[in-house]
Amino acid sequence: MSTATPNLTYNYKVVRQFTIMTVVWGIIGMGMGVLIASQLRFPFMNFDLPWTHFGRLRPLHTNLVIFGFGGSALFATSYYVVQRTCQARLFSDGLAAFTFWGWQAVLVAACITLPMGLTSTKEYAELEWPIDILITLVWVAYAMVYFGTITKRQTKHIYVANWFYGAFILTVAVLHIGNNLELPVSAFKSYSIYSGVTDAMMQWWWGHNAVGFFLTAGFLGMMYYFVPKQADRPVYSYRLSIVHFWALIATYVWAGGHHLHYSALPDWAQTAGMIMSLILLAPSWGGMINGMMTLSGAWHKLRTDPILRFLVVSLSFYGMSTFEGPMMAIKTVNALSHDTDWTIGHVHSGALGWVAMISIGAVYHLIPRLWGMTRMYSVGLINLHFWLATIGTVLYIVAMWVNGIMQGLMWRAVNADGTLTYSFVEALENSMPGYLIRLIGGGIFFTGMLVMAYNVRMTIRQKDAVALDNSAVQTA
Amino acid sequence: MSTFWSLWISVIVLATVIGCWWLLWATRRSQPTDKETDRTTGHSFDGIEEYDNPLPKWWFHLFSATCVFSLIYLALYPGLGNFEGLLGWTQEKQWQEEVQQAEARYGELYAKYGDIPIPELAKNEDARKMGQRLFSNNCAVCHGSAARGAVGFPNLTDDAWIWGGSPERIVETIHQGRVNQMPAKGLMPNMSNNQVEAVVNYVLSFSGREKDKALAEQGQQVFMQACAGCHGQDAKGNTMVGAPNLTDDDWLYGSTYDWIKETVTYGRQNRMPAQENRLSEDQIHILAAYVYGLSHRNQ
Repeated sequence: MSTATPNLTYNYKVVRQFTIMTVVWGIIGMGMGVLIASQLRFPFMNFDLPWTHFGRLRPLHTNLVIFGFGGSALFATSYYVVQRTCQARLFSDGLAAFTFWGWQAVLVAACITLPMGLTSTKEYAELEWPIDILITLVWVAYAMVYFGTITKRQTKHIYVANWFYGAFILTVAVLHIGNNLELPVSAFKSYSIYSGVTDAMMQWWWGHNAVGFFLTAGFLGMMYYFVPKQADRPVYSYRLSIVHFWALIATYVWAGGHHLHYSALPDWAQTAGMIMSLILLAPSWGGMINGMMTLSGAWHKLRTDPILRFLVVSLSFYGMSTFEGPMMAIKTVNALSHDTDWTIGHVHSGALGWVAMISIGAVYHLIPRLWGMTRMYSVGLINLHFWLATIGTVLYIVAMWVNGIMQGLMWRAVNADGTLTYSFVEALENSMPGYLIRLIGGGIFFTGMLVMAYNVRMTIRQKDAVALDNSAVQTA
Repeated sequence: MSTFWSLWISVIVLATVIGCWWLLWATRRSQPTDKETDRTTGHSFDGIEEYDNPLPKWWFHLFSATCVFSLIYLALYPGLGNFEGLLGWTQEKQWQEEVQQAEARYGELYAKYGDIPIPELAKNEDARKMGQRLFSNNCAVCHGSAARGAVGFPNLTDDAWIWGGSPERIVETIHQGRVNQMPAKGLMPNMSNNQVEAVVNYVLSFSGREKDKALAEQGQQVFMQACAGCHGQDAKGNTMVGAPNLTDDDWLYGSTYDWIKETVTYGRQNRMPAQENRLSEDQIHILAAYVYGLSHRNQ
């Protein structure tokens, strides 16, 4: 790096903090997921207590994995990537520290309020208005730190990873504020300012972009740094990244309407939601191609590098779920899949396969670098984690596909006289084997996270040992 | 929607689709070569370089195809503001067509039982099976698949009928649904706690279960004032106003002292939804025969 400023130092402290919390919230959030999966199979796991009931813990699971695990991974990697690719220290250490502690406060507040039943009832936006305000403050600080760092950059151009992180930060700000406009009636209760189908459309404008921008654009930013870095290969095509970036952010904001097919939403808005979702296929695959093809000439590295394997498999799952998504957005397919477990399977092929795997790969890349080591404590354990994660994901999504299609077909089956063949509870009864397999798959994935926590702990302890050794050498 | 909003929607929808397409074509046109290259853009970010490779051909065609599909879809279906689309399709029309198809297909099956009186139809095995399927689809979620009910949902297999068990009354109940309301403390809103205890004991005395005989005797006077208006002086109920018989062992809300005390203190609200917009006349006829048959099995 000939252009590097000699005495430039990066703010790694906040990156380290968010990286550790990625693992911590990952374990808590996924553990919560395993618990609620067990409740669907074994209802006594609700423990007959209001605050351990599925209805209250399910939003806690989604909030902790999306905003706790995914959010911490995005904060950690975006702060790391923006500094390194701009060759500039974070715009403000103080604001960065505020984003860390503020974000943790949001998550702790979620852990307290959601089991208490305090909720604004909007999916992925359940947190009540005081917490919404805190999220807004943290997010504004995040945007200031992030874009402030970009304006300080030493490089002429802005790297593609930063386009995606930047789009994610801006869009989530607009959507979070737009969807959470609400009238407080007490300290912990508020009502949305929208009503009826407008409220539903606002909700899914946000809801689908919690997926599209939070869980996709942000993680594509992560992909664009960690894949070429770990593979030590140039990005496949700059041209492709331009087209798929602009097309992706232009069409994702339209896609929410596909959650409201055959509802009170006007036909034109349903149509817009459907066609934009279909167009999204190619821009999404553009990201997958750019990541996969970056490995051309370096495929042999997959044999020895489990971190790279995490990254590549995450891209495969990304490609698969972004094919599945547009298909499910087609009205006739949606008429079968809507409200079934197929949707849950689709979300988790994205959430476990894509978001979690790429984050895990990025964390394994980051930990040794952030603590001044050359590698993780045990590469064998990374490999073990890789197989646990892959097998867990596959079991999970296959169980949900089978359940979902079965439910869709059972719900629409009719007798010769036009009455429904099956009652709802019969479809539920037949879903039980799938729920068990999903529980097992989720449990296997969760076990992988525990392996990761151990590996991270040992790596960091090793670092302490090295520091001790060094000081011992000096005093000797 | 107003012309302005219609135009606004059309413009931004088309601009998004055509904009994507234009971006794709413009990028492809500026490609120096269609072959893979090892030339980079010359940028380097933390050591990461970028090749100037062309857009993959198959990907380019896939992207183009989805844009073309979308434009055709927008021409055929409602999407551009007030433009109805060339096919004239709406979800309401699709629903109405499907309902009409179903009626044409299944109407005959139900219609053939339309003239058979309900007590007779209840003995027809085919009609009974049809009625059972209708019951499973429409009624079982509250009354249970065996029609034995639950707390707040009447048992339909016994002889205790809140709104009457004659064929006509059953048909009426299915048609219009029922709204039932017992006011808190009956017709005596200022009933004292002691009077509540007394009347509960009196009600329990019908089945010989009173806790306190003296109180039960006091309760009779309270009953006459607060309850007899609907339940009758003999407490045998009145199917014309949906007041249950209190002298039998059929209890909609539980028969214990505490349950009855709660009922007297707070009253009860209940509602069965009307089915007349969901089921056809002939279907209601068959369903009513099925329900009638549940309590007339041996007749």
